[in-house]
Amino acid sequence: MPKDTSIKSVLIIGSGPIIIGQACEFDYSGTQASRSLREEGIEVTILNPNPATIMTDPMTADNVYLLPLTIESVEQILKEQKIDAVLPTMGGQSALNLAIECGEVGIWERYNCRLIGVDLEAIELAENRELFRKHMEEIGLKCAPAMIANSFLEGMEAAQEIGFPLVIRPSYTLGGFGGGFCFDEEDYPEMLRRGLDASPTHEVLIDKAVLGWKEFELELLRDAADNVVIICTVENFDPMGIHTGDSITVAPAMTLSDTAYQEMRDQAILAMRSMGNFAGGCNIQFSQNPETEELIVIEINPRVSRSSALASKATGYPIAKIAAKLALGYRLDELKNQVTKTTSAYFEPTLDYVIVKIPRWNFNKFPGADHRLGLQMKSVGEVMGIGRNFLEALQKACQSLENGRAGLGSDFKEWIKTDDILHRLENVSEDRIFRLKDALRLGVPRKTIQKLTKIDPWFINQIKRLVDIESEVMKFNVPEDLPEEFFRQLKELGYSDIQIAYLLRVDEQAVTKQRYKLGIRRVYKMVDTCAAEFKSDTPYFYSTFDGENESIPSDKKKIIVLGSGPNRIGQGIEFDYCCVHGLKAVHEAGYESIMVNCNPETVSTDFDTADKLYFEPVFWEHLWEIIELEKPEGIIVQLGGQTALKLADELTKRGVKIIGSSYDALDLAEDRGRFSNLLKELDIPYPNFGTAKDADEALDVAHRVKYPVLVRPSYVLGGQDMRIVINDAELERHVLSIFKKAPDDEVLVDHFLDRAKEAEIDAICDGDEVHIMGIMEHIEPAGIHSGDSSAVLPTYSLSVATVNTMREYAEKLAFALKIKGLLNVQFAIKTDKETGEDKVYVIEANPRASRTTPFIAKAYKVPYLNIATKVMLGTHKLKDFTINPQPSGYAIKVPVFSFNKFPNVDKQLGPEMKSTGEAIRFVKDMTDPFFRELDRNRSQYLTR
Amino acid sequence: MSDQRAILLLADGTTYHGKAAGKIGTTIGEICFNTGMTGYQEIFTDPSYFGQLLVATNAHIGNYGISDSEIESDSVKIAGLICKNFTVPYSRQQAQSSIQEYFEKEGVVGISDVDTRAIVRHIRDKGAMNAIISSENFDLEDLKQQLGAAPNMEGLELSSRVTTKEAYTMGDPNASIKIAVLDLGTKKNILRNFLSRDCYVKVFPARAGIEEINAFGADGLFISNGPGDPGAMDYAVHTAQAMLAEDKPMFGICLGHQILARAVGIPTYKMHNGHRGINHPVFNLLTGKSEITSQNHGFGVSPEEIEKNLDIVEVTHRNLNDDTIEGIRILGKPAFSVQYHPEASPGPHDAAYLFDQFVDSIKERMNGGVRD
Repeated sequence: MPKDTSIKSVLIIGSGPIIIGQACEFDYSGTQASRSLREEGIEVTILNPNPATIMTDPMTADNVYLLPLTIESVEQILKEQKIDAVLPTMGGQSALNLAIECGEVGIWERYNCRLIGVDLEAIELAENRELFRKHMEEIGLKCAPAMIANSFLEGMEAAQEIGFPLVIRPSYTLGGFGGGFCFDEEDYPEMLRRGLDASPTHEVLIDKAVLGWKEFELELLRDAADNVVIICTVENFDPMGIHTGDSITVAPAMTLSDTAYQEMRDQAILAMRSMGNFAGGCNIQFSQNPETEELIVIEINPRVSRSSALASKATGYPIAKIAAKLALGYRLDELKNQVTKTTSAYFEPTLDYVIVKIPRWNFNKFPGADHRLGLQMKSVGEVMGIGRNFLEALQKACQSLENGRAGLGSDFKEWIKTDDILHRLENVSEDRIFRLKDALRLGVPRKTIQKLTKIDPWFINQIKRLVDIESEVMKFNVPEDLPEEFFRQLKELGYSDIQIAYLLRVDEQAVTKQRYKLGIRRVYKMVDTCAAEFKSDTPYFYSTFDGENESIPSDKKKIIVLGSGPNRIGQGIEFDYCCVHGLKAVHEAGYESIMVNCNPETVSTDFDTADKLYFEPVFWEHLWEIIELEKPEGIIVQLGGQTALKLADELTKRGVKIIGSSYDALDLAEDRGRFSNLLKELDIPYPNFGTAKDADEALDVAHRVKYPVLVRPSYVLGGQDMRIVINDAELERHVLSIFKKAPDDEVLVDHFLDRAKEAEIDAICDGDEVHIMGIMEHIEPAGIHSGDSSAVLPTYSLSVATVNTMREYAEKLAFALKIKGLLNVQFAIKTDKETGEDKVYVIEANPRASRTTPFIAKAYKVPYLNIATKVMLGTHKLKDFTINPQPSGYAIKVPVFSFNKFPNVDKQLGPEMKSTGEAIRFVKDMTDPFFRELDRNRSQYLTR
Repeated sequence: MSDQRAILLLADGTTYHGKAAGKIGTTIGEICFNTGMTGYQEIFTDPSYFGQLLVATNAHIGNYGISDSEIESDSVKIAGLICKNFTVPYSRQQAQSSIQEYFEKEGVVGISDVDTRAIVRHIRDKGAMNAIISSENFDLEDLKQQLGAAPNMEGLELSSRVTTKEAYTMGDPNASIKIAVLDLGTKKNILRNFLSRDCYVKVFPARAGIEEINAFGADGLFISNGPGDPGAMDYAVHTAQAMLAEDKPMFGICLGHQILARAVGIPTYKMHNGHRGINHPVFNLLTGKSEITSQNHGFGVSPEEIEKNLDIVEVTHRNLNDDTIEGIRILGKPAFSVQYHPEASPGPHDAAYLFDQFVDSIKERMNGGVRD
C-alpha cells in the first residue's frame, strides 16, 4: 500500500506544557513526525501551546498555532487552514484526548478531516481497563485478576474477591495519578476513595498486585498491511510495583531466553493486531512470573509513548519518524532504514551494546512529598548511559544524572548504616540503586537483597562484581601500582577516574595521568541499528573502552555544543530548544556541529540534528576525551543551562576556547561579590546583601541589610533552598538547614524588596551593539521565582521611564560583562511610598540562554537563538541581521505545575521554582479575561 | 570469570587478544557473526553452524544460563565462540548450568573480551575466512601453520559429519500424514514443527538412497538445513531430483532450499559473509506481506541463474535488505523451499505458516485435490 496521495495537509497535535509523565519526549516525536511528513511534500500544521518546543518552530512546520489544546483552537485552525488529516498520536495522552473530544462534538466530520495513525476504538479499548482485560482474555492472553468499581461499595466488594495486595487504578488518568498499591484492609477505604475521585469517570480498576514479577516493555511498529516489527525490548531493573517511568530500565532485555522472548513477541503481535486498525507506533508492557515464565499483559499504548523516544535513542531507529510515514499509508517494506539508508525499515534493530535509563527525580523541590516510588510517576527527567556491558552503561548513566555522583558509588556519598540501607531497599525511593550497592558492600547477603527488592539476581550479581573489584582496588596504594590489565578492566566497567581515585585515596589527576600513560583511552562506537552488519554513516556515537575507534574526526573546523543533561525543575526543554538552534546556526556558519548530551528525550540527541552526536554524560572526564579527539575550535556553553555553564571554568583553565562571552564574564555575573562591585561601579542599584559562613554572620548581615531578607546557598539552580525570612528565629532555622546540607558552603543574605514588581530582559550583545530581544513584566510580585511567574511580553504597567532605565542597565551590563552572545537580566521595581517614583534594581544577570529566550523567539517570530549563536561564533555581527519582531498584542508565559503528583506538598509559590512546564498565551490587551484572572491572583500574593 | 588469556588469529593475519572462555584449548573454523540478541544456546547446537567460529554480536552471552530443553541437536556444533562479555553468573529458574560449565562439558573453546564489533566490521568488509582461537598456544607462527592447514569452507561437504547415522522415526505411527526428512543436519525444532502438526516423521541419513526413502511411503518429502557448501553435495542433489520425480509435496529449508534449487539446475554461490541473525526482513511476493526471519546461511541461490530459468522456478520470497533469493517454488511440481528458518529457534515465529502450507498441501493432495 503506497502513500495515500489524497493527504496534502496534516495537523499534528502536541502534548502541551511539560508535566510529570508527559515531557519533552513528545517534542521529539512531534518534531520527527513533522519533518517526516514534510519530506513527503505534505504541509504540516502544529497545535501546541508550549513555546519551548522545537516542534512549534518555523523551521519544523509550515503553520504553527501556539494555542491552548482546546476544541476552539482546533476549530480555528480548521477554519484557517485546509487540513486533510490529523495525526493525534505524537502528543501523548493530551493530544489523543483532544482528538477524541473533537470527534465527539463532530468537528472532524464537519471540516471533512480524517484522523490518521489512530483508531479511536483501539484507544478506547486500551484505556478502558475492564474492556481491555476482557479483550485480552478473548484472544487468549492473560491479565492480572481484576474488577471494576464505580462506587465505594463495589470497590469494597472487589477487594474481598481479589484479596491483598492489590492495585487501585483510576480510569482515564495520566501517569498513574490517584492510584496505588494497597497491602491491607486498613488503608484501603481511603485509597479507594481517592482513586474514585481522581477518575473523571469515577471509575477504578482493582487489580491483583503481581509484586515482584519481572517487567518488560516492547516497542512496536505496525503498518496498514498489519506487518508488525519489534523495535526494542526493554527490561525493567525495578520489578513490578514501580511505574516504568520511575524504573531503571535496560535494553536489550538482559535475562530473557529466546523461548521466553519469542513468546512475548508472539503475544505482543497478537495483541497489537487485535486492537482495531491503525498504522503507527505502539507499546506493550508485560509482566513475567520469574518462576514459571508465565506472562500477563499489563497495558498497551496504541500510540507513540514516552518509551518510544527512549527506544529510538537506544536503537537508532527513529520510531516517530517512521510511524508518521506509516500513518500516510506506507508499508514498512516500502521504507528504508533511516540509519543505514540502504537496508529496509522493515526489520528489528539489534544492539551490540547495552543502554541503561535512570530517571531523574526532583523531590527536593517538593518538601513534604512522599519520596516512595510506586504506581504514580514522580520523576521529572531521565538520562541514558550506553556501554559495551551492563555495568559500564549503568555507571555512565549514574555519571549523567548530575546529582553529584561520579558513578555507582565509591564517591564519598555512600551510606554506612545497614539498618537505614535495608529500610531504603524496601521503601523504594530515588536512591535505591545506590543503596543496593551499599548493602552489598556492607556484606548483606544477595539473597536478602533479592528478597527485599525482588530485583532479578542477575542484576544483583552484576553489581556485586563492582563491590568485589573495588575491594581489589583498595589493595593498591597508588595508580602506578595498578596492573595495566586491571586498570583497563576498571575503566571497562564504567569507573570514572574520580571513583578510582576515591578507592585509592589519591586525587583524580593522579589517576588520569597514569591512565593516559598506559594509553587506556576511550574509543567511540557507532549506534547503527544493526550491530555493524551493514555499513552506516550515521554520526551517532558513544564512548567505551575497547579496541577500535570508529569516530574519525573530519578535517573541518568544529564547534561543540554542550547540552543540559537530564530535565529537572529549573532546567528543562527550553535548553534543548536552544541547543538545537545553536547546532543549526553552527552548521550554517560553516562549522561542523557536535552535540554532547545524555538526555534521551530530546531533539538535540536525535541523530540528524547535529553533524555529529556524542551520546555521553555531560561529565568532565567524558567531555575532555571528546575534546581531545575532535580538537574543536571552541565550545558553546551558553545554550545548555547551568550544566554546561559550570564546565566553563575548567575548560578555560585547560586552554579550550569558550565561544562567546568568556569564562571571566560568566564568573563576574555568577560571583555575587564581584557582580555587586560591578553594579556599584556602574551606578546600578541592587538590593543590599552580604555573605555568611555561619549563622552568626548571617544574623549580622540580616541586621545590616534589614529584614525581610532572601536567604540561599551560594550556588543555586531554580531557586533551590531559597527562602524569604522576616526575623532572626526564621533566619537561624533556615541558615542551619542549608549548612546541614552543604557545610562548606556560604549563604547569601539579600535584602528582599517586598511588594516590588519583577521584570526581565533578554538581550544579545556582539561587543559593539546590544539588541534587546524582549522586556517582560511578571504579573506575580518579586519573591516568586521567575520560572513560576507569569511573564508578560512586552511590559504592561511599567512606565516608559522605568523601561528605559531597564534598557540602559541591561546595555551597560552587557558591555561591562563583555557579553558576546546572550544575556538575561532580572529586575525588581519598587515604588517609593513617599515620592511615588519607581526605582529599578538589578537582581541578577545570567550570561547565557535563559528560560524565556525561546518564549520571546516564538512570541516575536524571530530566530533569536540562531542570531545569538552566530554572534557568539563571531561570524556575524548584529548589524548583519534584519531583526523584525512581529508582536501581536501581549504574550504571556504561563507556568504549569505537576502538583497533583505530590498530594501532600505545599503548593504555595515562593523563591524556589516548582513549575515543570510552561505555556504561551496571546492576549490582545489587558481587558482579556485570562489576563484579568492572573492579575487578580497577584493581589493575593501581595496581601499574603 | 577466567583470567587466562586467549588469542584469535584470522586467516588474513589479523589478531585479537582476549580472555579464555569455556574449555582451554585450540579450535579452528570459518569465522562468521550472528546478530541475534537472544537464543545463544539454540545457535550453539544448530548443526548448520558445524565448523564455524561464531562471533556473537550481543554484548552479553550467558545471562540466562543453559537449559536442557533449548537445544537444536544433541551437542554443541559451533567450532568455537567469540564474544564480548562471557557472562557466567546467570539467572533463570529453568536453567540447569552456566555457560562456562556447559562449554567445559561440551569441550567448547572460546574467547571473550575482544572487540567483537571491530571483528564484525573486519569480516563485513573482507568477507568470511578461516580463523583459529587458542587459549593454550600463543605461538603465532605455529597457529598460522595450523590455520593454513585447515580446509576452506567453499567446496566443503559437512552434512555427513552431522547427519544421523541411522534412520529413526518420531511421532505417532498412526498419524494421518507421513513425512520423510532428508537429514543434512536438521534442527530439532523442524521435527517438532512436524510433530505438532500431527505428522509421523522418519529421518533419513544424508546419504540415504531414494529407494530407502520411498520404502517409507511418505506423503511429503522434506530436505533439511545443514552445514557446508551445497555445491559439494551432488549426492544430495541426485536424491532431491529423485524425490522431485515422485511428484509428492516437497519442502526444503536453508541447505535444503539450495539443494532443491540445484536439483532443477540453479547453481549456488558463496556469499560475502552470509546472513546470520534473527531480524532479517523477507518479503513474500505471493501475499505482499513481510516477515521477520531467522537466518543462518553463508551460501545462496544464484539470482542471475534464476532470472534465466523463470520457466522452471518462481521466486516467492526476497530479502528486503539486499534483494537476495529467500524462497522459490518449482513450477509444475508441488515443491517449494525457503532460504531462512521458519522453525525459528532462535528467532521470530512469523514464518511458521510455511509448515502449515506444506502440511496443507499434503492433505490437499491426499484428499485428491491435486493442484500444480
